[in-house]
Amino acid sequence: MSLALDLALCGLILCVALGAVVGRGVFRSVIFFITYGLLLAIGWARLGAKDVALAEAAIGAGLTGVLLLTAHGRLRRMSVERAPRVGPNPMAATTGIAVALALGWAWFALPAPTAPDLAAALPLTGMGNPVTGVLLHFRAWDTLLESIVLLAALLGVWMLARDVDWHAPLGLRYHARPGGVLASFGRLLPPIGLSFGSYLVWAGADGTGGAFQGGTVLAAVVLVAMMAGVLPPPRVAQGGLRAALVVGPGVFLLSGLLAVALGMGFLTLPPAVAKPATLIIEVALTVSIAVTLAVLVIGPPDDKEPVR
Amino acid sequence: MTALVIVLALPLAGALAVIALPVRAAVPVALSATALTALSALVLAASVWQGGPVTLMVGGWQPPLGIALQADGLAAALIVMSALVVGAVAMAAWFEMAAARAGPRAAFGFWPLMLLLWGALNAVYVSRDLFNLYVGLELLSLAAVALVAISGTAQALVAALRYMIFALAGSLLYLAGVVLVYAGHGTLDIGLLSARSPAPGDALALGLMTAGLLAKTALFPFHVWLPPAHASAPAPASALLSALVPKASFLILIRLWFEAMPELASTAALLMLAGLGAIAVIWGGVLALVQSRLKLIVAYSTVAQLGYMFLVFPLAGGDGSAQPWAAGAWTGAMFQALSHGLAKAAMFLVAGICIAAVGSDRLGDLRGLARALPMTGFAFALAAITLMGLPPSGGFTAKYLLMTSAFAAGQWPWALVLAGGGLLAAAYLYRPLAALFTRDARLPVHPVARAWQGVPLALAALAVLLGLLSAAPFDLLQIGRPEPAVEGL
Repeated sequence: MSLALDLALCGLILCVALGAVVGRGVFRSVIFFITYGLLLAIGWARLGAKDVALAEAAIGAGLTGVLLLTAHGRLRRMSVERAPRVGPNPMAATTGIAVALALGWAWFALPAPTAPDLAAALPLTGMGNPVTGVLLHFRAWDTLLESIVLLAALLGVWMLARDVDWHAPLGLRYHARPGGVLASFGRLLPPIGLSFGSYLVWAGADGTGGAFQGGTVLAAVVLVAMMAGVLPPPRVAQGGLRAALVVGPGVFLLSGLLAVALGMGFLTLPPAVAKPATLIIEVALTVSIAVTLAVLVIGPPDDKEPVR
Repeated sequence: MTALVIVLALPLAGALAVIALPVRAAVPVALSATALTALSALVLAASVWQGGPVTLMVGGWQPPLGIALQADGLAAALIVMSALVVGAVAMAAWFEMAAARAGPRAAFGFWPLMLLLWGALNAVYVSRDLFNLYVGLELLSLAAVALVAISGTAQALVAALRYMIFALAGSLLYLAGVVLVYAGHGTLDIGLLSARSPAPGDALALGLMTAGLLAKTALFPFHVWLPPAHASAPAPASALLSALVPKASFLILIRLWFEAMPELASTAALLMLAGLGAIAVIWGGVLALVQSRLKLIVAYSTVAQLGYMFLVFPLAGGDGSAQPWAAGAWTGAMFQALSHGLAKAAMFLVAGICIAAVGSDRLGDLRGLARALPMTGFAFALAAITLMGLPPSGGFTAKYLLMTSAFAAGQWPWALVLAGGGLLAAAYLYRPLAALFTRDARLPVHPVARAWQGVPLALAALAVLLGLLSAAPFDLLQIGRPEPAVEGL
């Protein structure tokens, strides 16, 4: 039974991926891509990687979906009637197929991977969830850099703004029809999302969840609230926004430097304070991840008339 | 060890502070973070010089669980070179990226992006973990793409997008290789990998990682993104992009082929890498010869100059690593990375001064500019000496070491490439030099502050000093150099 389910899932993923790549029309490709993200999330869940499944659903399908749909809307508004004719790209296709075949061969040729044993080290971190243990303890330097990668991406998006628009609010103006679906969802979804996102952060210490997973859910909340007009879009110059962007990496980096000042190594969290310190870092990271992802999706400062 | 932590953390902390604080605090904060980091870079190099490689286990966790960082002689030399370049770029940008000149958007974005780029470079230089290197490369690439987009013209945005597509494709290939390595060995630490037992996917993994890194290093035929991107960024950003960014992915190639998996280096693969480098030297030089804008000439020259570094693979890699000439070839390639960094940054900063002075970088508009701005003209000439490989510059030391190794190894075709590339460099740099130093001035010249003009001059002088005082950097580079393989497979 479960084998049949898995096979069906794999077939669906391949078909939907093909639909996204070879389908005609931008809109159809975008819808296929969103479906692809959701199916991949189910695939990760089937593999037991629940943390990855959550992140894939929230970012791969959710936030990227909003981003692509907005881009499509904007292209239409700029009266780009037909999708730009992108001919078949034999180079890219050949490279893609070759890499896929090579990786497929490696999957059969390689023995089952042997991961380092966490059993002895995990208790020292105070974490029950090995994913959180890896992210915030064993590979804290990776996680710190990744949280800053998000910030670099946001700066890159902001650099796409026109100079005359720099002091305008972020993103396009949305007009939600009063009483419409978006307006009512904009008031209904945020409380639910807020509780779910906060729970994911809290639960991340011992179970599925964590700053990245919770942060993406909270980003969706912020985004829905902004699109529904409940939350006015911020401006670059707003101190609160910029503080929220850096608080996560800032707290993380300062805690790492504090350890150096106290005579321990860089990014060391001694077992005695590991649990509360991890929680503080996770909460700060969640705030930054949520805000950064949300403003990444709404886009650079823009002073054009509203999108309907 | 504290110096290593500061070199890694302070640029990042400075970037975060610049974003969080009000706009008027940005320049003072960025400049103080730059000065302190540069000072720590010198302290770090001094401690590597005296006590050997500096190692740091992040969070106190040993590999394979944790991430090991190590500043060996090569990393320390690159950290110091980057600190000199970023320091100079920051001083030039103080004039050039001021809000009144560059607009509020670029003036806001430049400083945090410069610091993030620097933090990423230092992280890559010292990392001993293949996945951590991936994260560092991602931060580096995103900051670099944003620095191209900063100028805001349609042309720059197209160049930035094309750069990003190449960079992301490269990241993906590299990451696929990293996954295979992890699947095969359960570790990503370079030290542990060098002592691993071979697994069937190793050659494929090395191939994928190499392909990804070549795209990021802009080696021929993956160079097409580089000239438009480097030429359309503002000059201080171009200086960072051309002088420093390709060195990070090149260093990872060195780590992979000389330290993590040296026994996989087959002669055919090594010859192919150097062959592509040789084509890059010639092709980049020819294309630089036909450009009519200074920044494009300098950008195509980067394609050519990066090619030289790849001659290290057959001369010092694989079976050749145990040969007497290997040390010379290896050190020559690293000297090329260092001296090209200093000279290329100086050239782009000169281009920025030219644009500030006459509002254009077309060769015809630069005619006679050296009469009005003699320091700038002299800086360009000094930097050109290094890129042509004339004595007594750092570029000469690099090409001399590579050439003697090529003859000692009996691989004389590489010597022809070195000589031909030098002639091409002389030809393509003669045109801007002739324009700058001609007698008849074409356009009225806006005044440029003397302090600003002094910045590229100092960098170009350092590139020449690297050749005059080559003994100290030569010895520094040997510290922690991978032991020659006792037996090849």
